[in-house]
Amino acid sequence: MSALTYEDVISKYEPVLGLEVHVELNTNSKMFCGCSTIFGAEPNTQTCPVCLAMPGALPVVNEKAIESTILIGLALNCSIAPFSRFARKNYFYPDMPKNFQISQYDEPICVNGYVDVEIETDEGPQSFRIEIERVHMEEDTGKSLHVGGSTGRIHGADYSLLDYNRAGIPLVEIVTKIVPGTGKYAPEVAKAYVAELRDILRALGVSDVKMEQGSLRCDANVSLRLIGSEVLGTRSETKNVNSLRSVERAIRGEMIRHAERLNKGEKVVQETRHFQEDTGLTRSGRSKEQAEDYRYFPEPDLVPVVPDAQWIEKLRAGLPERPSLRRKRLQEQWSVPDKEMAAMINADVLNIVEETVLLGADPTKARSWWLGEISRLANEKDVAITALAITAKDVAEIVSLVAQGELTDKLARQVVEGVIAGEGTPAQVISARGIKVVNDDSALMAAIESACAAQPETAQKVRDGHLPAAGALIGIVMKETKGQADAARVRELLLGHLGQSGN
Amino acid sequence: MIKNSAAEMSAALSSGATTSVALTQAHLDRISEVDGKVHAFLYVDTQGALEQAKKIDDARARGEKLGPLAGVPLALKDVLVQKDVPTTCGSKILEGWRPPYDSTVVTNLKSAGVVILGKTNMDEFAMGSSTENSAYGPTHNPWDLTRIPGGSGGGSSAALAAFEAPLAIGTDTGGSIRQPAAVTGTVGVKPTYGGVSRYGLVAFSSSLDQAGPCARTVLDTALLHEVIAGHDPKDSTSINAPVPQVVAAAKSGDVKGMKIGVVKELNGDGYQAGVRQRFEESLELLAKAGAEIVEVSAPNFEYALAAYYLIAPSECSSNLARFDAMRYGLRVGDTDGASAESVMNMTREVGFGREVKRRILLGTYALSSGYYDAYYGSAQKVRTLITQDFNKAFEKCDVMVSPTCPTTAFKIGEKADDPLAMYLNDIATIPVNMAGIGGMSLPSGVAPEDGLPVGFQIMSPVMQDQRMYSVGAALEAALLSKWGAPLLSKAPVLGGVA
Repeated sequence: MSALTYEDVISKYEPVLGLEVHVELNTNSKMFCGCSTIFGAEPNTQTCPVCLAMPGALPVVNEKAIESTILIGLALNCSIAPFSRFARKNYFYPDMPKNFQISQYDEPICVNGYVDVEIETDEGPQSFRIEIERVHMEEDTGKSLHVGGSTGRIHGADYSLLDYNRAGIPLVEIVTKIVPGTGKYAPEVAKAYVAELRDILRALGVSDVKMEQGSLRCDANVSLRLIGSEVLGTRSETKNVNSLRSVERAIRGEMIRHAERLNKGEKVVQETRHFQEDTGLTRSGRSKEQAEDYRYFPEPDLVPVVPDAQWIEKLRAGLPERPSLRRKRLQEQWSVPDKEMAAMINADVLNIVEETVLLGADPTKARSWWLGEISRLANEKDVAITALAITAKDVAEIVSLVAQGELTDKLARQVVEGVIAGEGTPAQVISARGIKVVNDDSALMAAIESACAAQPETAQKVRDGHLPAAGALIGIVMKETKGQADAARVRELLLGHLGQSGN
Repeated sequence: MIKNSAAEMSAALSSGATTSVALTQAHLDRISEVDGKVHAFLYVDTQGALEQAKKIDDARARGEKLGPLAGVPLALKDVLVQKDVPTTCGSKILEGWRPPYDSTVVTNLKSAGVVILGKTNMDEFAMGSSTENSAYGPTHNPWDLTRIPGGSGGGSSAALAAFEAPLAIGTDTGGSIRQPAAVTGTVGVKPTYGGVSRYGLVAFSSSLDQAGPCARTVLDTALLHEVIAGHDPKDSTSINAPVPQVVAAAKSGDVKGMKIGVVKELNGDGYQAGVRQRFEESLELLAKAGAEIVEVSAPNFEYALAAYYLIAPSECSSNLARFDAMRYGLRVGDTDGASAESVMNMTREVGFGREVKRRILLGTYALSSGYYDAYYGSAQKVRTLITQDFNKAFEKCDVMVSPTCPTTAFKIGEKADDPLAMYLNDIATIPVNMAGIGGMSLPSGVAPEDGLPVGFQIMSPVMQDQRMYSVGAALEAALLSKWGAPLLSKAPVLGGVA
């Protein structure tokens, strides 16, 4: 087992990172044909002569994919190339129908950008600039399922099944320049970078950015050099990093593995490694020393991409607010504590809360509904909040009804549940379920009198000034009125009735 | 009837003198009669052809408006896919494959009511100049069955020369329409690159491949050209512009005042005496018809062949990678425990012929890292220079002309073991593909020394295809009045069959 700690590593070495992120675009059709891109369809049902590479079939570029890629480039502060080209990357693999991938090589569509990410350091929040080398378009491969064998890999499998539904889904690859100078924070910076990218992509609406479904995938290049050295060390490239946490773990693990080798005087092998979620370690893939020669050449079946300058400016003008800046702005405007803000981001309710607030709801109330009761119901049903039948408008209406005293919090929860159950708008649920606050004081007084008669000893305690005892009596009244009474009003009337008004 | 032109057949159909079913049956009968000797066809779609013919006859009987070629039969080169009809590209690797879709050329033919008789033989994946590279055996030249019918589209040209079809579709990557036309005494046109959709044309070299019309007269070729040409959103390299008015040009055949540029570099040494003689005679006839003959120079043409044999194999090495036994076609070595890699290897080993393997190897090498700039990169530069040569020359003339090939048809087997000699056959046709312009070959007579047909090549600038039709029609008319009858009527009797 490793005796080396992370502290040992960073006291001697400086990590240098390089991150390649693949993003599946959420276009309705594939990169070069009209097939659907919906996730999870029956194998090989979303295919056609083009994405199956039938003899004679030809690719046609998806304009929407180009637009999405340009948007990504603009959001990452890149220059958009006035002329870019597709190239063929040639290699044989059964899940790649043409046995070449249409990608971009020396003429990518976006170059030279950057993203600033902020992380918490020992000295407080600190910003790191990640420089982007290129953003380019390519197509995804199909999927192989290797059956039999112990590893799930092609070697040792009894047979393999191929699903070409994913073949030809538009992919965007975002490649950073080398990232030096992050020191001991390298894993956190990498994680923050991928998180920032995810947020930006989500705000642009160009991808589902679901790491667990593979619509956002990260390859992490790591090398170490002695602190103070200018010479880059040998890098490894870790693939299969499928969550933000894994980005951090994979880089930390690779830093330790490299340092162990270097300390022993061994060389780091330049190779592809696969991250293993269970152990947090990486295992060797193919060695880059026997790297395939991809024989790139310009794709002769496609014409160069020459985006109109005015179009680019139009896209730039329509870019959404940068997510990290927007978060800061909303947190200030709504006076949200850090922890609550983080909870909202994790639960992915920021947009809908904002929408609810824009419809006039109080920010705190709006937040507590979405983050509390509605999140709970979504979890219970195991669906995304946005998939529930309740809208920002419904919640704004409910918040307003509570503020006007038309609903109690408890009744409001019933209304929320009804809306989610598909019973209609809040007004429809209220009317159908007969929900209303009992405001009739005489009806409440009758209930209070009967409660006091049922529990004379408790009533006496209240008369004697022991106010906490009132709770039990209020409970009986609320039960009697089926929760439709305003508990505050019940308390007020009860205390008056027992001679404690004014207290 | 089968010896008429497509235009004459069309007139007979319109007047009711014959029906498409009768016309189609006559060609099917001719195929049964002679194709055992010629071997122009790899597949005859008797049922499909007769059904289509019947459909056209019915439509005509209902008084529907039909295109000029509706009901006329055609032979389709086996490199264009037709739904449910076997497509092999002359290769074992696709044996038995029935495409699930129509190429755009076929879609256009079908909507014009053209009757597709079947698929014609070709050099495997269109790589060759003799049709000897077909995995299904060579096609024989109807002028002399011991000779090649040209290639790669030898099946299509032989079918025309043997009167098995009045129309055919070919594809031309370095001369595969024009050279077969030249050596069989027929007409073939490579349209401007992007003029005819490549969707459904099984790619050999994507940046050079172009489908085009083949027939026995210039007018028939033009009629077919207008049927298959036009912008296709499924082919990104297809030109989005109106189709050149080639039928009008072929009908007028007017060359008065046109400047015809003779390419200095495509004549002289290496060209057979009879080929040169026929070429000079054609120039005189064009001059008599009112054209002005000028000389133009294209100094970079001498590098065209070398550059072509880098670009075409490079693209083919990538295009042919898809034949891997995974989804269609041949699968070899799929025994228990065999890996996907070994099945791919064995299938490609067994499924591809020698010439295809040679070109895949050449192309793989030329694209390899460290060699790319020296080979593929330089070849692309040569391509630019050739295009510039054409552009400069077209400032001085309206069309350029040359003999189509240096020689008449050679003997089957004569050059089979000498790929370089074989490649040289395309020396005059390749520059046209490199520049993406239009090219036509039409018969200019027979060489006195061997009695075999000679081709005259006309080259026109990008999307000015009508110019070669004007010149071709003028020359054809002049030659016809000199000969008194079409050249093919002078061909020897086909192995005892008239």
